[in-house]
Amino acid sequence: MTRLTGGLIDRTKPLNFTFNGASYQGFEGDTLASALLANGVQLMGRSFKYHRPRGVFSAGSEEPNAIVELRSGARQEPNTRATVAELFEGLTANSQNHVGPLHRDLLAVNDMFAPFFAAGFYYKTFMWPRAFWEKIYEPLIRNAAGLGKLSMLPDPDDYDKGFLHCDLLVIGAGAAGLSAALTAGRAGANVILADEDFALGGRLTMESDPLDGEDAQVWVAKVKAELESLANVRIMPRTTVFGVYDHGIYGAVERVSDHLLTPGDKVRQTLWRITAKQTVLAAGATERHIPFADNDRPGIMLAGAMRAYVNRWAAAPVKADNDAIAIFTNGDDGHRTALDLIAKGAKVLGVIDSRADAKALGSYEVFAGATVTGTKGRLGLKEIEITRGGKSTWHSVGALGVAGGWNPNVHLTSHHRGRPVWDESLLAFVPGQGGPKGLIPAGAAAGKGGTATAMADGMRAAIAALSELGMTANEIALPDAVDASQAQAAFWHVPGKKRAWVDFQNDVTVKDVKLAHQENMTPVEHLKRWTTLGMATDQGKTSNISALAVMAELTQKSIPETGTTIFRPPYTGVSLSVLGGGDTGPLFRPSRLTPTHHWAEAQGAEFVEVGPWMRAQYFPKAGEKTWRETVDREVLAVRSGVGLCDVTTLGKVDVQGADAGEFLNRVYANMIGTLKVGMVRYGLMLREDGHLYDDGTCARMAEDHYVVTTTTANAGAVYRNMEFYHQCVWPELDVQLISTTDAWAQIAVAGPKSRELLTRLVDDFDLSNEAFPFMACSDLTICGGLRARLFRISFSGELAYEIAVPARYGHALMERLMEKGADLGATPYGTEALAVLRIEKGHAAGAELNGQTTAQMLGLGKMVSAKKDSVGAIMSRREGMGQDARRLVGLKPVDPTKQIMAGSHLFTEATAHTMETDQGWVTSSCYSPHVESYIALGYLENGDSRMGEIIVAANPLEGITLKAEVVSAHFVDPEGGRLRD
Amino acid sequence: MKFSGFKVVKEALTGYKGYGPLWRNPDPKPAYDIIIVGGGGHGLAAAYYLAKEFGMTNIAVLEKGWLGSGNIGRNTTIIRSNYLLPGNQPFYEYSMKLWENLEQDTNFNSMVSQRSILNLIHSDGQRDAYRRRGNSMMISGAGGQLLSRAEVKEMVPFLNFDNARFPIKGGLMQKRAGTARHDGVAWGYARGADMRGVDLIQNCEVTGFKIENGKVLGVETSRGFIGAKKVGVSVAGSSGRVMDMAGMRLPIESHVLQAFVSEGLKPVIPGVITFGAGHFYVSQSDKGGLVFGGDIDGYNSYAQRGNLPVVEDVLEGGMALMPMIGRARLLRSWGGIMDMSMDGSPIIDKTHIDGLYFNGGWCYGGFKATPAAGMTFAHLLATDKPHDTAKAYRFDRFNRGYVIDEKGVGAQPNLH
Amino acid sequence: MLIPHPLLGLRDSQEFTYLGDASLMNRPDPSAPDAEAAFCDYVFLRNNPAGVHRELWFHEQGDRSWLIVTRNTVTHEILGAELATDVKLGGAQ
Repeated sequence: MTRLTGGLIDRTKPLNFTFNGASYQGFEGDTLASALLANGVQLMGRSFKYHRPRGVFSAGSEEPNAIVELRSGARQEPNTRATVAELFEGLTANSQNHVGPLHRDLLAVNDMFAPFFAAGFYYKTFMWPRAFWEKIYEPLIRNAAGLGKLSMLPDPDDYDKGFLHCDLLVIGAGAAGLSAALTAGRAGANVILADEDFALGGRLTMESDPLDGEDAQVWVAKVKAELESLANVRIMPRTTVFGVYDHGIYGAVERVSDHLLTPGDKVRQTLWRITAKQTVLAAGATERHIPFADNDRPGIMLAGAMRAYVNRWAAAPVKADNDAIAIFTNGDDGHRTALDLIAKGAKVLGVIDSRADAKALGSYEVFAGATVTGTKGRLGLKEIEITRGGKSTWHSVGALGVAGGWNPNVHLTSHHRGRPVWDESLLAFVPGQGGPKGLIPAGAAAGKGGTATAMADGMRAAIAALSELGMTANEIALPDAVDASQAQAAFWHVPGKKRAWVDFQNDVTVKDVKLAHQENMTPVEHLKRWTTLGMATDQGKTSNISALAVMAELTQKSIPETGTTIFRPPYTGVSLSVLGGGDTGPLFRPSRLTPTHHWAEAQGAEFVEVGPWMRAQYFPKAGEKTWRETVDREVLAVRSGVGLCDVTTLGKVDVQGADAGEFLNRVYANMIGTLKVGMVRYGLMLREDGHLYDDGTCARMAEDHYVVTTTTANAGAVYRNMEFYHQCVWPELDVQLISTTDAWAQIAVAGPKSRELLTRLVDDFDLSNEAFPFMACSDLTICGGLRARLFRISFSGELAYEIAVPARYGHALMERLMEKGADLGATPYGTEALAVLRIEKGHAAGAELNGQTTAQMLGLGKMVSAKKDSVGAIMSRREGMGQDARRLVGLKPVDPTKQIMAGSHLFTEATAHTMETDQGWVTSSCYSPHVESYIALGYLENGDSRMGEIIVAANPLEGITLKAEVVSAHFVDPEGGRLRD
Repeated sequence: MKFSGFKVVKEALTGYKGYGPLWRNPDPKPAYDIIIVGGGGHGLAAAYYLAKEFGMTNIAVLEKGWLGSGNIGRNTTIIRSNYLLPGNQPFYEYSMKLWENLEQDTNFNSMVSQRSILNLIHSDGQRDAYRRRGNSMMISGAGGQLLSRAEVKEMVPFLNFDNARFPIKGGLMQKRAGTARHDGVAWGYARGADMRGVDLIQNCEVTGFKIENGKVLGVETSRGFIGAKKVGVSVAGSSGRVMDMAGMRLPIESHVLQAFVSEGLKPVIPGVITFGAGHFYVSQSDKGGLVFGGDIDGYNSYAQRGNLPVVEDVLEGGMALMPMIGRARLLRSWGGIMDMSMDGSPIIDKTHIDGLYFNGGWCYGGFKATPAAGMTFAHLLATDKPHDTAKAYRFDRFNRGYVIDEKGVGAQPNLH
Repeated sequence: MLIPHPLLGLRDSQEFTYLGDASLMNRPDPSAPDAEAAFCDYVFLRNNPAGVHRELWFHEQGDRSWLIVTRNTVTHEILGAELATDVKLGGAQ
């Protein structure tokens, strides 16, 4: 155990956990990383490429090394940073990306071959023989690559998404964020304070500096209590603001129950979309390291992280209590770590400071003008080599802190592609102009990282943000604090022959950067892509600037001239589950149910997804062995008796107004204005580019009132399009539109006995052919006063009607029709029979109206009226469309027992089947119980003049080629007598 | 310098001293026979093929940023030849054949990996449409398979088969489809073009065209005027901006498409999989990241970034289709600007300005086209005649009524 | 994105369906002698500016009004929104 005294852990609440199967104990307030360190565990993982042994490197979300598979079973979570995994009772974690035990990873052999795996090596080899890439090389690479493992089981937890709005969003609850939130909160603004940590305070929890002469936690607790007391402030710990989107919208993930063994009745995480009028970015800064030879051993970590572990978590970063700790720094910040270590009673070897004039700030040795030039210790640091003035000495240590300066966390400021700018006095990139509107960086994120300065800056930022909103905020009394010295030298890496890591996880070394330079991959994006620098799970948070500095040295340019990198969302990894919002499985999309859905369910119907709808597909009866048997029965029932089908899903648009007829003349290709009241007309709509858009019926209910129907698929789009022409193109027309698709239940009553059945329902209404002929329509009442609409239209080719009642009566109407039609053999039918009936009749549906076809191709070219203008009329006459000779035909297989599959291509007999000889395609096909043969519809070159010809329907995809006779598309009653009787 | 396994070993043992620059950084000459505007995948491929296949080397590629910084640097790496229409399918199949020999041709491993694409089917109508498309693939020699639900389940059992809003009913597969390492494609072409004498000029932004009497004479750039007998513009994403300098309006809108990559995972996704009932497609890179995307955001944009609703939409689709990826994390998302054309198909054609040629309108499908777009654009630039496989990609197809509309949604770019 | 609906205030862009350039409101005269060419330009060609763009959004999940939104395509900043009908009837295009 290397647990020290003090810290922000609750020693009354011990927590048991396992890592790689071994049991350990930590305390509430620990992270997995701090608890492991406190148990003397340094080795936590392996690197990506060379499988080098690695230990924890940081104390935050920038961690490149200590990433583990957290939990097990379906909750297994790969690539979890141990540094931010909150410890809980029963936590299990395993290291990842190794073969065999962690301390004896077989893939560590890669490290021996490292010279072969230099930057970009794979672009230069594995090319011969050609077939070997996919068969041999790539599978080897793939299996060796990757990090953690998925469980391959569905995520069992629940997720949620929500919306929040505020005047001021404060991102980060450190010194700057707390003072910003308090300033704005006291001013009465609606404030959201979000922090990725589970504790408030940021670096204040990790530094030893007092506030107002006492422990900083006293002040943090006071501020927290006051913020909690303010109804206008919402504190959101465990919440990462991961992205900045347009107009003040921020994406954030709240880890609601990741600190629990299981979420219980809670969600695991919530995706918040926060709309903020103003935002203060107080995200702090990330420490950087200094590459030197063999700088990646377990036990080597950022000096600031070391302070965090000893101060906040009372965990010494060594295996055994008496192991010495050294610090390697290029500035004063490293010395703070030495002082804190000493204060906690740790054994400090000294501070190796690259500056020749470095002085000790306490009682420890300073190696001024010295660097670390080598390390030993395969699974944990044992010795370091200190070189000064050309003289090297080895020293025994158990840990080494590296302090290379701090990079402001500018990430969110560049999400709108704003570029950070170089601050030579800070030796760091700070937020530049062109950041997201309303986002004000403050504190360390703005390069103002001293405690006193950060607090004042947070307050300033909040006052400025609120003044943008016309709100006045007053200055608050800030506690006495000091700014620790940030003096440092521009010292970026220790030159040497051995490998010095820049990007730990992806194993990018200074040598790789040099090779990229040698190969002219010097633009920063080339450097990153050639070497994979910054592409690991830490997104280069600890490596990008160091690499830039090395490249700058090589190109003899300044760092800002060499380039900068901008960051993209998310700030840290976000689970795919929470981004999906939890609507998985059947909840992926809403299911729209028709008014007769529950009735159909009770009849044992099979259902099918039709766009957003669930529709009855067919209604099997006891004893029917196949779906075909059922569908054939339903089809024949319509042809010989009467069938009932819910057609509510067809779109309905109510069109009213003095100019309704004129408006419809313009949106329909054919003439509508001449339609008599009480009559229905089939109508074609074109897109403005002249192609077929939709078809349906248009019924004139009154002088100034029409009801338009659309296909199910286009119901929304056609209505939107009609509103476009109404509002944007011809607003001067007196017309009003409303979609009534959901308002009316509509049932098709089809078959020779349909009139007889309907006669039994209507109130005093003459259904005779004379009084209510084919294509008639009327308002009426049925069943003793129920408001209804009746249309004599037919999709099946039989005598048929569609009857509409207010949607809430749809179920009752279906029951009544079945009851009254029992003796007539009334038969419910589903979408399968509906399709067979319309194919037999040669009516077009979605497969024929697929957006690539024209009225001419349907054989309806003459419907595009030349007497008037309408949408698409002019463009439908362009050369290429006029010359298109494909026409809709019927197809009968020469062998009636063979199905011509829709999607087959059509060819003239005895031609090769190529793109050039292609003559068309099969759109729809089915078995026709009426024709007693399989039949099909299709578009065929010059089809209308090829009746009787035997052609070939080729389906090489399934190895089927059939001969078929070209016939009329109207397999049933081509003269149309039946529907007019 | 020829790359080979032997070379890699030799350099590893001798400290990489033999590796030189992948390409030069030349200063622009006063004039070239051909200038290609745009050092993305298509521009570099065109330069490479002009040099290699047409023997033309007095050529410059002008790139405003770094080589490969166009959409070749920000796509989801899919290659396929599974189109429906005769204007498209022969072109993409030609491209696939070029992919199949790319590395041997350029002597650069672009990691072309024919790991297959599987388009999932969720309804009978969709199966019919895919059958029609699959048969186009068959008769053009691209190959394809129509899979049953059981066959799909055997192949990718981790998909959601049992508890889905839109159950999987089958799939259309092209085994020859797959992925390629996108940056590697750009670099392979760049290195090959440079080796043959093409000047690749980075940080050189074209700021105007010099056009006199209806003929182009050269381009104004951030590095001065550069003369040219012919100028080929290949700047997908910026087509509107660049051609505006030549006074041309295009049948193109610029839209943003977001793309995503997860943290690295041990291999789970064998090929490319597309969801047929939502906007989600995914593959897994050799490095282990799940590379995925969905639909464009849907509004005109040059911002190279998108918004949350589409992020959520993509992951809703992803989680509905493969709920076992949920505990992995999104590592990075980004946006690219797409030339969304009026029929969803590209343009490779001369313009009405003598000597000015255009390649663009690739929507979100330009990556897979890179070899063929380069070759056919080179053919057009060198011979003034369209290549046989690209002859449908004319400007005048719109006005004459010969659109190539795979989706059948008409002149509304955000629906393609 | 948030769209400042002239009647309803700021609304999330997810409530809307996007169409495209507001020039689609200027349907050419179908009786003009060069109508086909004018329609081809109208249907197929776009200015596609990198900068300020007037564009049509339909409040599909709202009050079903078509809006002309003036938005910068480089920054996504929205400069204003008007009811399309008002603009068309006002003749101010």
